[in-house]
Amino acid sequence: MTSPVALPPVVANPWLADAVVIREMVAEGPGVTTFRLAFVDEERRDSFRFRPGQFGMLYLPGVGEVPIGISGHCQQERTWSFTVRAAGNTTRALSSLHVGDTLGLRGPFGSAWPLELCDGADLVIVAGGLGLPPLRPVIYDVIANRERYGRVTLIYGSRTVDALVYASEYDDWSRRGIDVQTTVDRADLDWKGNVGVVPLLIERLHPFVHDRAILFTCGPEVMIRFAVRSALARGMRIEQIWASMERNMQCAIGLCGHCQFGPEFICKDGPVFRYDRVEPWLKVEAL
Amino acid sequence: MSPATEVPERVCRWLAKDALQSLFDALIDRGYAVIGPTIDQDAIVYDRITSVDDLPRGWTDTQGPGTYRLAPREDDALFGYVVGPHSWKRFLFPPLAAVATADRTDEGWRMASPTDDAPKYAFLGVRACELAAIRVQDRTFLEGPYVDPIYAARRRQAFIVAVNCTQAAPTCFCTSMGTGPRCSGGFDLALTELSTGFVVEIGSDAGSDIVAGLETEEVDSQILTEAETARQGAIDQITRRLDTEGIRDLLLGNLDHPRWNDVAARCLSCTNCTMVCPTCFCSSVKDVADLTGDHVERQRQWDSCFNFDFSYMNGGVVRNDIRSRYRQWLTHKLASWIDQFGTSGCVGCGRCITWCPVGIDLTEEVAAIREAGP
Repeated sequence: MTSPVALPPVVANPWLADAVVIREMVAEGPGVTTFRLAFVDEERRDSFRFRPGQFGMLYLPGVGEVPIGISGHCQQERTWSFTVRAAGNTTRALSSLHVGDTLGLRGPFGSAWPLELCDGADLVIVAGGLGLPPLRPVIYDVIANRERYGRVTLIYGSRTVDALVYASEYDDWSRRGIDVQTTVDRADLDWKGNVGVVPLLIERLHPFVHDRAILFTCGPEVMIRFAVRSALARGMRIEQIWASMERNMQCAIGLCGHCQFGPEFICKDGPVFRYDRVEPWLKVEAL
Repeated sequence: MSPATEVPERVCRWLAKDALQSLFDALIDRGYAVIGPTIDQDAIVYDRITSVDDLPRGWTDTQGPGTYRLAPREDDALFGYVVGPHSWKRFLFPPLAAVATADRTDEGWRMASPTDDAPKYAFLGVRACELAAIRVQDRTFLEGPYVDPIYAARRRQAFIVAVNCTQAAPTCFCTSMGTGPRCSGGFDLALTELSTGFVVEIGSDAGSDIVAGLETEEVDSQILTEAETARQGAIDQITRRLDTEGIRDLLLGNLDHPRWNDVAARCLSCTNCTMVCPTCFCSSVKDVADLTGDHVERQRQWDSCFNFDFSYMNGGVVRNDIRSRYRQWLTHKLASWIDQFGTSGCVGCGRCITWCPVGIDLTEEVAAIREAGP
C-alpha cells in the first residue's frame, strides 16, 4: 500500500519578492520612467538572469504588484531595467518613488523571444508604444552579436512624438546596423519622420528574404493584429511571427487564473507566443 | 471521458456503527483536526467536528436546479445525504490566506514568507466526485511549473476518509465524468455505510495504521454484497447526463454560438457556481496594511471569472458582458482545462446547478450547443 498521492517536497514560496533598490530613474516621456534596480541581497544580485521577452513583478508594499517586461540588456551587470508608464494605482505610486527607495521584485517569468531561430535570418521588430521595452533586450542582443543576424529592422510607432521611448538611443542603434523606422499618429511641428500607423511601414518595407525572416511584435492588440495582416500580405508565413501578449496578471505563476486567453496562461505559457498559437483566440471578441 | 476506473481489491474490515466514535478519537489522538459534515444554517456543510453526534444523523438533502433543502430521513443514516455548498477546497485552498508579508525598516522594505502552521486535517466523508476534484486541484497547485506552498502544506498531511455514495441527487452526473460514484482511489480509508455499521476499505499505510487501533471485525461475502447493493443504489438514481464526446472542440469551436446570449440573459454573474465548484481555483491578491502602513500582508482571496473587474487591464475590462464571462467559465471548465491540465475541470458533482440562484444547468447548456452545433 502506498500513500494516496505523491507529494512534492517543501517548496520555496513563489509569492515572495526580493528587495530591490532603485539605482536610477530615467524619464522617457510623459508619465514613462525607466527604473534601474539592484538586488539588496548579494547572492540574488549574482544569480539573477533573464531572457529577452521575460517579465518581472514589481511590488510596492501596501499598494500592489504589476507585471513589467524587463527592458535592459540581458547581459547587464548588477542592475535590471524596467520601463513603466504611470497608468493605474500601482504604476502611479511606482513613478513617485525616488532613487534609493526599495521595492519588491519577483521573477523573471514567462517565455522569451526565440533568438535561436534568428541565426542568419532577417529580423523585423514591430513595436507600438510601451511595446518597445520588452523588445529592447532583443535590440541589445542584435548589437552585441550583429554578425549572427541578417538584415534587422525596427519599426516603432507611438501616438505622439514625445511618447517614443528610448529616443536618444535610435542613432546609436542605426550606427550599429539596425534600420530604425519610427512613425507617429500625430506629429508636432519639428517632426520630420513618418506619420501614420505601424502596418503602413511594414507594407513599405524593403523586400526581406521571406523564408528566412522572423518578425517579433509587441504593442496594443489592435496594432499586433494589423501588423501581422500586413506581414502576411508581404508574404511572410504565420509560423515566422511571434507576438508578446498581455492580460491581467496577479500571480505570474499560473495559479491565479486571471491571465487566461483561451487555453493559454499568458504568464506561464507566454507572454511570447508563436502567432499561430494565439491567432484563433485573437479573433474572438471579449475572450 | 473514460468510465470510472476499476476498483482494486483492498483489505476491508467491518466497523460497527457504535464504534465510529473510536475513528474520531484515533484521528484526534494523532493530532488531526477532523473536518466532516455537520448541519449549519439549514445545510450540510463541512466544518471542524469532534464526535459522531456532530454528524447529520437522520438527515438528507433534496436538490434540484436552484434548490436545496434538508429533509428528515426514515432511518438514522449518518452519511445519508449527497453534497452541500462546501467542498474540501476551502480547507486545502483557503478562501483567504496570507502569501507574503512586508515590513518597512530603516534599510527599506523587507519581504518575508508568513508563518504558516498548516493544520493537519482529517477529512471525513469525502465523496468520489470530491476525491476527483482534489486530484484536479493537485494538478493546478502541485504539478505545474510552480507549486503553491499553502495547498501543498495542507495536502501533504491530510488524511482522507472517503464515504461511498448510496444515493444520488437529481443534479449528480459523476457517471458522465467518470469520477464516481464509487471511490476508486486517492483515500486512506473509504467507508460504505450500512444500517448497523460500515465496510471500511483500507487505501494506504496510514489508513491501515488507524484501522489497526480500532475494534473492527472481518467482513464476510454477505456484507460485501450488501455494500455493493447499497452503492448500486447511487448509480441507479443518477439521471443527469453530460455528453462529453468531443466536448473540447465542440465548445471552443462554438464561441460565437447564439446560446451564449441566451444563457447570458438568465445568468446573474453572481459567482455562486465558482464559489461552490470544488475545482475552481481563481484568486486575486491584494495588500492589507496596518494603520501605520509599515506592516503589510499580501493576501490571496478566492476570486471568480464572473466578477466584472476580473479581466481588468489597461483601463478597461476584457470580458465586459455576462455573455463573455459565462462563456469563459463554461469553456474553461469543460474544454480549455483539458489543454491546461490534461483533465476536465468538471467532476459532475452538480453543485453549480443546485446553487445557481436561477437554476442554470451546465449539462443543459452544453446539450443546447451540441444540438444546434455545426
